[in-house]
Amino acid sequence: MGGVAIQTNELGKRYLLGLNQRGYGTLRESLVKAGRRHFGGGAKTAESEASSLWALRDLSMTVNSGEVVGLIGHNGAGKSTLLKVLSRVTEPSAGWAEVTGRVGSLLEVGTGFHPELTGRENVFLNGAILGMRRAEIRARFDEIVEFAEIERFLDTPVKRYSSGMAVRLAFAVAAYLEPEILLVDEVLAVGDAAFQRKSLGKMGEVAQEGRTVIFVSHNLAIIQALCQRGILLERGEVVVDAPIGEAIGSYLRTLERAASDDLLQRTDRDSRAYDDTLVRRLEIHEEGGDSANVILSGRPATIIVDLTEELPRMECQLTIANSLGQAVTGFDSRVSSPEDVHDGELGPRIECELASLPLLPGRYRIDVIVRAKGQIQDGLQAAAFFDVEPGVIAGRPAGADGADGDVILPHRWRLP
Amino acid sequence: MSVQAPETVRLRPTSGFGRVLSPRDLWRYRDLASQIALRDITVRYRQTFLGAAWAVLQPIGFMVVFSLFFGSLAGISSDGLPYPLFSLAALVPWTFFSNALLLGSDSLVSNSALVSKIYFPRIFMPFGVVVAGFVDIAISFVILIAIVLFWGYSPSWGILLVPILVAIAALAALGVGAALSALNVRYRDVKYVVPFGIQMWLFASPVAYPSSLIGEPWRLVSAINPMVGVIEGFRWATLGSGDAPLDLMGISALSAIVLLLVGLAYFDRAERGFADFV
Repeated sequence: MGGVAIQTNELGKRYLLGLNQRGYGTLRESLVKAGRRHFGGGAKTAESEASSLWALRDLSMTVNSGEVVGLIGHNGAGKSTLLKVLSRVTEPSAGWAEVTGRVGSLLEVGTGFHPELTGRENVFLNGAILGMRRAEIRARFDEIVEFAEIERFLDTPVKRYSSGMAVRLAFAVAAYLEPEILLVDEVLAVGDAAFQRKSLGKMGEVAQEGRTVIFVSHNLAIIQALCQRGILLERGEVVVDAPIGEAIGSYLRTLERAASDDLLQRTDRDSRAYDDTLVRRLEIHEEGGDSANVILSGRPATIIVDLTEELPRMECQLTIANSLGQAVTGFDSRVSSPEDVHDGELGPRIECELASLPLLPGRYRIDVIVRAKGQIQDGLQAAAFFDVEPGVIAGRPAGADGADGDVILPHRWRLP
Repeated sequence: MSVQAPETVRLRPTSGFGRVLSPRDLWRYRDLASQIALRDITVRYRQTFLGAAWAVLQPIGFMVVFSLFFGSLAGISSDGLPYPLFSLAALVPWTFFSNALLLGSDSLVSNSALVSKIYFPRIFMPFGVVVAGFVDIAISFVILIAIVLFWGYSPSWGILLVPILVAIAALAALGVGAALSALNVRYRDVKYVVPFGIQMWLFASPVAYPSSLIGEPWRLVSAINPMVGVIEGFRWATLGSGDAPLDLMGISALSAIVLLLVGLAYFDRAERGFADFV
């Protein structure tokens, strides 16, 4: 193949904030504003300049055809915006990008599917949305259906599909679109393990056929497995463009730096959040231990989430992930237990007590989502990092045998 | 697979016109237009309890109400025709037009998930709605002709012009519907204004009354509303009444083309911002 597939030059994308939180206004507001402008005069340009946000800034990069590139970065770093510009969903505000070849996007579950239509009808609709000709879809129809494993449900409306089936079908249509450039945004995280493996295999195939792939995912393990090159974005700019291992290393360092900062300074918060209360600090303490965020394997521990406000009906969801961002285990207070305690004296703080932390030695991080009043109030990935030191589980040194995985369970052997 | 070398597209900030009407894109995505129309038709007829009957019930229901209130009680002239026939011949194209406007104005917002995730010529959304409406009007037209014949009237040679009349209504609906759908993306209260506007438009069109009630020269001026020519044309074509209103039809056709061009121009200008607002 050879040649350049994607080239961007000082690409910028500016979003106008203001009007209101939702991003769109009402006709009435605009008419009133227009009236004021005509009859009342006043400063209008200063206002519009202040309420804009550059999601991408001076972004220059070149991707050769056949390269498989992972885009990594915090929430709000501009990964999705870059994909939107490259797929022509939105226009850049500055600079330019040149894209050579047909671009296909792997869509989130259900986008482009109509629930009332059957699987068969949706394949044609979705294919057309992705820019395929009818004849092309017909030629690949059997392969698509076979890959998605939905033969028996072809004439069932998609609304009766399980989410796994819908994902498989969506993936299959996009994978067989055979675009020169494939953009994948956080899709492989769904579906069951077997299908994930299969779609990863398909992705690998796509990459080997000399097509260009750009991946966005928070799952660094997938990115590491599939990509040769990593581009780390921060506040809309390229900060690292290097072989994937190096780029992931830099990203992990920025994550740790961010975690050690005051969490209120972080700007990469969950975009769905209502922000009535914010996570101020998150720590994990070993029972009787001296320092935060260092734990011995197998010891009891408490995760403490300090918040800015106490609100009614607080809920907390914690995810422990390994250094590649793969979830190891999680805790969710929405699933209640009779042993849960409500303590009026606690104040704006949530604690999660673990009878034992059965993790193998290594570095882990904690992601947090806080809900109150039934809404997500705040969410942070990598709110804290902690180190697990070799300890003893059920009388056995943890990790001494160089075991695989992240978890060690208390166990006992019976030997002859 | 395709043999030709992949083309390079340069993406940069644009201004002015020419994005949505880029002939190359419209041609490349031509299958999408029919797929979206097909989706709109399938969904409309599959999920509703009444299915295809819905296309007929709406104009017939209005015919009954109009005949009672305007025909019998108010005694509005119907150019010497039975009032139910007189109003049904108008309600068939009117229902097509008003549904296309109503659904068309919502077509981008209700597909916001697609619009914000993937590129395709967005004009296909309001376009698909109008095309899907052809099925409705085909069904209700057959019923209209059946009722006309049953009543002992017969269509004139003008029935051959019905496709042109439907096309005039479709062009006007596409122009206005596209503009409203674009406006709806920016301003969510448009959704509440549209049904009201459609009702006003209904009474501004000679559905319940004949345009002969309007004195010259205003009768001709009123044909700037494209539905005036369409409705009077429909009456003449299906009921065989009076002379061919070719003057009204001509003015309305021109007006529909102007509405289409203006609507598409606005849609084109607004289109670059859809993904950021929807």
